[in-house]
Amino acid sequence: MPTMNMVQALNSAMDVMLSRDPNVVVFGEDVGYFGGVFRCTAGLQQKHGVTRVFDTPICEGGIIATAIGMGVYGLRPVAEVQFADYILPAFDQLVSEASRLRYRSGGEFWAPITVRAPCGGGIFGGQTHSQSPEAIFTHVSGLKTVMPSNPYDAKGLLISAIEDDDPVIFLEPKRIYNGPFDGHHDRPLTSWARHPQSEVPEGYYQVPLGKAAVVREGSAATVLAYGTMVHVALAAVAESGVDAEVIDMRTLFPIDVDTIEASVKKTGRCVVVHEASRTSGYGAELITLVQERCFYHLEAPPQRVTGWDTPYPHAFEWHYFPGPDRVRQALLRVMED
Amino acid sequence: MQQTALSLHIPEPAARPGDEPDFSRIAIPPPGALPRPPVDSPAVQLRDYAYGLVRVLDQRGQAVGEWDPRLEPDLLRKGLRAMMLTRAFDERMLRAQRQGKTSFYIKSTGEEAVSVAQAMALDRGDMLFPTYRQQGLLVARDWPLLDLMCQVYNNSGDRLKGRQLPIMYSSREAGFFSISGNLGTQFPQAVGWAMASAYKHDTRIAAAWVGDGTTAEGDFHYALTFAAVYRAPVVLNVVNNQWAISSFQGFAGGEETTFAARAIGYGLPGLRVDGNDFLAVYAVTRWAAQRARSNLGPTLIELYTYRAAAHSTSDDPSKYRPEHEAEKWPLGDPVGRLKQHLIAIGEWSEERHAALAAEVEEEVKAAQKQAESLGTLGSEPASPGTMFEDVFKEMPWHLRKQRQEAGL
Repeated sequence: MPTMNMVQALNSAMDVMLSRDPNVVVFGEDVGYFGGVFRCTAGLQQKHGVTRVFDTPICEGGIIATAIGMGVYGLRPVAEVQFADYILPAFDQLVSEASRLRYRSGGEFWAPITVRAPCGGGIFGGQTHSQSPEAIFTHVSGLKTVMPSNPYDAKGLLISAIEDDDPVIFLEPKRIYNGPFDGHHDRPLTSWARHPQSEVPEGYYQVPLGKAAVVREGSAATVLAYGTMVHVALAAVAESGVDAEVIDMRTLFPIDVDTIEASVKKTGRCVVVHEASRTSGYGAELITLVQERCFYHLEAPPQRVTGWDTPYPHAFEWHYFPGPDRVRQALLRVMED
Repeated sequence: MQQTALSLHIPEPAARPGDEPDFSRIAIPPPGALPRPPVDSPAVQLRDYAYGLVRVLDQRGQAVGEWDPRLEPDLLRKGLRAMMLTRAFDERMLRAQRQGKTSFYIKSTGEEAVSVAQAMALDRGDMLFPTYRQQGLLVARDWPLLDLMCQVYNNSGDRLKGRQLPIMYSSREAGFFSISGNLGTQFPQAVGWAMASAYKHDTRIAAAWVGDGTTAEGDFHYALTFAAVYRAPVVLNVVNNQWAISSFQGFAGGEETTFAARAIGYGLPGLRVDGNDFLAVYAVTRWAAQRARSNLGPTLIELYTYRAAAHSTSDDPSKYRPEHEAEKWPLGDPVGRLKQHLIAIGEWSEERHAALAAEVEEEVKAAQKQAESLGTLGSEPASPGTMFEDVFKEMPWHLRKQRQEAGL
């Protein structure tokens, strides 16, 4: 089986879907001829033609609005927003339009769009190329939100997203495009090649939306993470000596609450990790669900490890990034009681 | 060197309550003044149309000039009927709102030619992306009034299941896109639909509407940019009815230029048309549709009209504009002008007109009676348990749980 990095896996997902379904179109800024600033669409225009994979004006609102119109017509548009930070001009089209179209039209119109956007920090992108806006989408009724953590899931989830009849926000942690990053920024980079999840079938397969994955089984505590933070969590668990179970959420909404519940009821302890800032973050929802469902099984107050409630500071990136040391400390804290 | 102290300009309409209506700033060229250019004319040759005003009907009700679409009398009578039906429907629904049978209503009085003539000039398969003041599109497409009323009443016959504010219609079957209520969002969506139609080598085109006020929204410019870049087969309409609630069109940037002229910067044809002249609206729309259908790309049309009624049931126009402004609108009333034309060409009479007025009134009354038998707002709504449906194609666990929690 071929080995792929995240970029190749995402490219392969779009390639497969462009080949399978003539209604799939792929577009965004620099997406067509050039193949995307992160190369996720490299070669696709050449292979599938300029009307199926094309460049757009620098106009996120227009990109999403036209995607919605195409979806209403019957296409399955895959729109790229170059950085998740740039999605905000399209916010109205996502929140007031794409998400509610099926509802407000009594089920007559819908927008089966997939919006891909690279997110997260760790590449010295400063405050406008580093954000993780997942919580502002999981808060919206009618949107699905996905964030993969490895090449195999990235491809399978993207195929599921494209085939889904609801709008999907597909956030790609750009720090792990080329290798699994565990947060030890001072160590040499590792590539995906040696990671088991880099074995990616060339053809069609799905990873279902709404299903989390237990990426490390354990009995002492549960760590809930997604995206880059899955790798950070695994490193922190190894370094802490705590036999923690690590769950990769994969789809942030709809939430796979059953997997969370089963794990926390087993371990009695929970740490939630995300790179996005803390207050009203996605972690707040996870911890609430844990409290609602597992309160009498908890041995200690759940902990959350997140980015700070500041903009992402360029020069202090590693002070902001919730690295393995902070996750390890939280694990030790949750084990104290 | 002496420096000038700067001063801030705040636009002000020509007349306010208590003033005499003043339309002296509006230049109205005579009907027939502009020739009808070939549909494949390059946009650069059409710039005068963005500043002129295409008009066909003269003061005596005669059709003059190259833009006369030379429509069959039957078609004209159909248009007249649809406009009158729309007006009668609006009157009834306004009254129903005042009687507490619904929460909200928006009339299109004075602007009926815009939607009716445009719907008739487009093909039945063309996709419409309207605002909340284009109910005439549905009427012209013979969509049942009963269906519209059930939506207005949010009753048990409401296909939108009580989820939408009254008048935010949606009909896939009628090719009428779900009205948002957010202003302008449908404009670039229409462009996307048109791009998809072109991508699939379809023959259908899209049409979209916004008001003068909404041209200030980013979505308007997204739409023009994308439409121009991809030469999308779409007719983009700005209904300049002079007023955005209480703000005159100067607040959308209309003091020093026209809204049709926005097209010029995008390299698109922009045509300004007398929006109360049924024949001119039909002809210009037909021209733009033909252009789009011939793969020649989009057109921006400014329909120059006047919002004769309030913005909605929630505002009182006498608080911000002269009381009799609508009557003094120099381009008259669309129903009256088409009636005059039909009489002038010997195809209509006062008697037939009065009979038609009574007929549409009866039709509206009958539909209302039927609609009210299915309930009015709050009396017999669609089942509240349905409020958890259609958020997603399939209901996720959390909504099933919330429905249970709500006891529905």
